[in-house]
Amino acid sequence: MTKILAMETKLYLREPAGLLISLLLPLGLLLGIGGISAPDPGDQQTLETHLPGMMTTLAVMTLGFTILPGTLAAYRESGVLRRMSTTPVSPGKVLVVQLLINLVVAVLAGVVLIVAGNLVHGIAVPRQPGWFVLAFVLGSASLFAIGLLLAALVPNAKLASGIGSVLMFPLMFVSGMWMARETMPEFLRRIGDFLPVAPFGQALRDTWWGAAPNPRDLIVITLTLVVAGAVAVRFFRWE
Amino acid sequence: MDVIEVSHLRKRYRDKLAVADVSFTVGEGEIFGVLGPNGAGKTTTVECVAGLRTPDAGTVSVLGLDPRRDRHGIKEHLGVQLQSAVLPERIRVWEALDLYASFYDRPADWEELLERVGLADRRDAAFGKLSGGQRQRLSIALALVGNPRVAILDELTTGLDPQARRDTWELIEQIRAAGVTIVLVTHFMEEAERLCDRLALIDDGRVVAVDSPAGLISRVEHEQSVRFRPSGPLDDVALDVLPEVTGVTRAGGDVLVTGTGNLVLAISQALAAHQVVPTGMRVERATLDDAFLALTGKKIEI
Repeated sequence: MTKILAMETKLYLREPAGLLISLLLPLGLLLGIGGISAPDPGDQQTLETHLPGMMTTLAVMTLGFTILPGTLAAYRESGVLRRMSTTPVSPGKVLVVQLLINLVVAVLAGVVLIVAGNLVHGIAVPRQPGWFVLAFVLGSASLFAIGLLLAALVPNAKLASGIGSVLMFPLMFVSGMWMARETMPEFLRRIGDFLPVAPFGQALRDTWWGAAPNPRDLIVITLTLVVAGAVAVRFFRWE
Repeated sequence: MDVIEVSHLRKRYRDKLAVADVSFTVGEGEIFGVLGPNGAGKTTTVECVAGLRTPDAGTVSVLGLDPRRDRHGIKEHLGVQLQSAVLPERIRVWEALDLYASFYDRPADWEELLERVGLADRRDAAFGKLSGGQRQRLSIALALVGNPRVAILDELTTGLDPQARRDTWELIEQIRAAGVTIVLVTHFMEEAERLCDRLALIDDGRVVAVDSPAGLISRVEHEQSVRFRPSGPLDDVALDVLPEVTGVTRAGGDVLVTGTGNLVLAISQALAAHQVVPTGMRVERATLDDAFLALTGKKIEI
């Protein structure tokens, strides 16, 4: 297992595009947009409280919706998993290792965003660290479960990461990535409430600024994790 | 002792009966060939033996174990080289061997294996940069890295140039000499004839015959032909009267004699009696192709 972990990490670093996109895109947006001063002080505050959580969500989403399903579907498509299934070691370990590596990268992205936001724009570090970490890990796991589901249901790698990125945009939209959810029509907000991304962003935002997360958000996240995870495990094939 | 026993194996995919009824046994230390045209059910058969697929009916036993029920026990002793199995593009040759060696309790020395498959100089190359032949040899090395007692090799020389093919055959013979039982899936007649102790001819999901290559050929070899160039004038009648001879024809300066029994001896004696010396004498024998054609009514497509 440690050998697989070491090997997959090496391979991940040899193809750093995914790593860079998930780290640099949210970081660039945070630093860029964070520097804009809004004319209205109220908007300014919304921006400041909203932005760091959303960028963290974006990083995790990129990993979960495109990088993870892309890698796993490619491994299955090219026969890497099938080859491994002829050995005494189950290819399930590759799955676990991939989840683990992407989780580490997600944590890394989160840390970079917190530190950079704090140093460059003076954005506070999360005020409820315990709740924040819980929301972050639970939310990442649930977005990764969706990625796993994509890899399980979509037969080819390009399609899997393609569908992942296509899914990302409406999800980001209803989750208030592009406009504050407060300004959205009621029905869009309702939809967003029951998809995992908005509750994830909201939980990060709440805990960042010192509140406890809304239990409803944590429940939606956990339900997604359990359902998507179970369906993915049920339908994932080595070949 | 039989290492592999397959009995009345049957496997259907959604719309196609891939294996209708296949039975054979493989003895310890044998090189056993599974030969047949594309789509005959060869790969499905060995995938069931390897425990990668569950048969719809019939039984499979490898080293006395059921490959589905006792997957772990089997895999420790069974090396599999799959047709078209690959590795991540950026994994290096040595890393792949090192990784796969770590999957087994008692792995082979992969450094030595690397030498044996002739990839020592490509040790640090990425899998994506290997040629077809090099990938194939790495694939063989990976099938052997667990020190298996049985190795299943599927279409191992497909896509290789003739020299690489012969090198691979030599490698297979070395592996067998080390005591490994080998199941070889192939549609190359030459490969089957050169390597296999016994063969199962498979067509349309059924076993047509199981025999040694020579045994299969002798089933169809009712007639043989001998071709030679006589040193002096020779009357065809001198050969035609021999009981073994069924026909004499001439092609250019060559005499072509067909017949049965010990044709070569009969011709040699007749020529000696007439003080004619044959030069460039060649016996043209039936091949596995002919055997396959006679047994199935089909030619194997390559």
